[in-house]
Amino acid sequence: MSAAKKTAMSVTRNIAFGAVLMIVGAMPARAASEADFKAAMSAAEAAEKQADQLRNKWLTTETQLAAAKKAAAAGDFDAAIAAAREAEALAIASIYQATSEKTRWKDMEVR
Amino acid sequence: MRKALPLASILALALLAPALADDKPNPAADQKAFQTYFIKRFPKVKYEDFVNGPYSMDAGLRKQWEEKEEFPPYEFAVETGKEMFATPFKNGKTYADCFANKGIGIRQNYPYFDEKEGKVVTLELALNRCREANGEAPYNYLKDEMASLTAYMAFTSRDKKMDIKIPDDPRALEAYENGKRYFYTRRGQLNFSCASCHVQSPGEHIRSEVLAPALGIMNAMPIYRSEWSGMGTTSRRLVTCNSQTRAVPLEPQSDEYRDVEYFLSYVANGLPISGPGARP
Repeated sequence: MSAAKKTAMSVTRNIAFGAVLMIVGAMPARAASEADFKAAMSAAEAAEKQADQLRNKWLTTETQLAAAKKAAAAGDFDAAIAAAREAEALAIASIYQATSEKTRWKDMEVR
Repeated sequence: MRKALPLASILALALLAPALADDKPNPAADQKAFQTYFIKRFPKVKYEDFVNGPYSMDAGLRKQWEEKEEFPPYEFAVETGKEMFATPFKNGKTYADCFANKGIGIRQNYPYFDEKEGKVVTLELALNRCREANGEAPYNYLKDEMASLTAYMAFTSRDKKMDIKIPDDPRALEAYENGKRYFYTRRGQLNFSCASCHVQSPGEHIRSEVLAPALGIMNAMPIYRSEWSGMGTTSRRLVTCNSQTRAVPLEPQSDEYRDVEYFLSYVANGLPISGPGARP
């Protein structure tokens, strides 16, 4: 196969791939469902439960959990999932903090 | 070769010994180190003056405070507390029946470690236990009634030196260590420990507030805070500190709060009671 023919085939493939991407992009995004929200909320609440066992919950996590529940009650599952994921991320950070502080607190001690 | 091994073991132990010794709780050494840290860091502050919190650090605030002390904002709480203290419960007994020396001049001995219960007992907790033992409902630890009672009891103990004991009981030592750990542990989304403000930054500003030194911070409790437009108990102070770091506060008089009060009061032994205090 000549080099020119190879180049032409490659260009055709790229155009086809680009077209597929454009079609996919133009399709309406699937709206988040209640099931998606329940999964996100369950993960967030599990993480917050772990933070609670470590006696290290954050106010901001609680705020996001409340926001997620409120949005879900209003039927806005996109916003509810976003808040639940934010809550999960905050809860994971608080777990990390509590775990690392089990030894790190000594660095701050006046001796 | 046989002789070399035991020798190596002895050397290893000798090297490890100081490290092991460092991990053993030593409240007396902690107290000395804690007080020395503040005395060296603030050589111009008189030892007894640390109990006056931000006023020991900031000349302008001190001037305002001295003027305020002519008509102190906690005066009403002391008067109310005195009246409450003397008012009999429904069974005819009073708070005086629950405390040594009838409750007068004893603030400096709180919190103490109760060897029967195996836990720290704070003055606020003891007051509510007194109420419950006499058939009365406990007061809210964050509200005015508790602040008034403790304000009166602190007032009768003014200038007495903080005198917290750690009995020879492993549970007491554990409570002290738990309190120390709580004090130095970072928490909340802002990743602050109590020490971040009150050891690393006393005298500095957080927004408009001048941070108080941790040394003697319990000696001034309870406090009237202009920010609150009212009195606040030790419980309220701890809960608020936690919220300010964006941590969910623990329940008032939880083991952690009782233990941190024990730690902070113990390291302030020898400093005078100045409560009730007034703060911006």
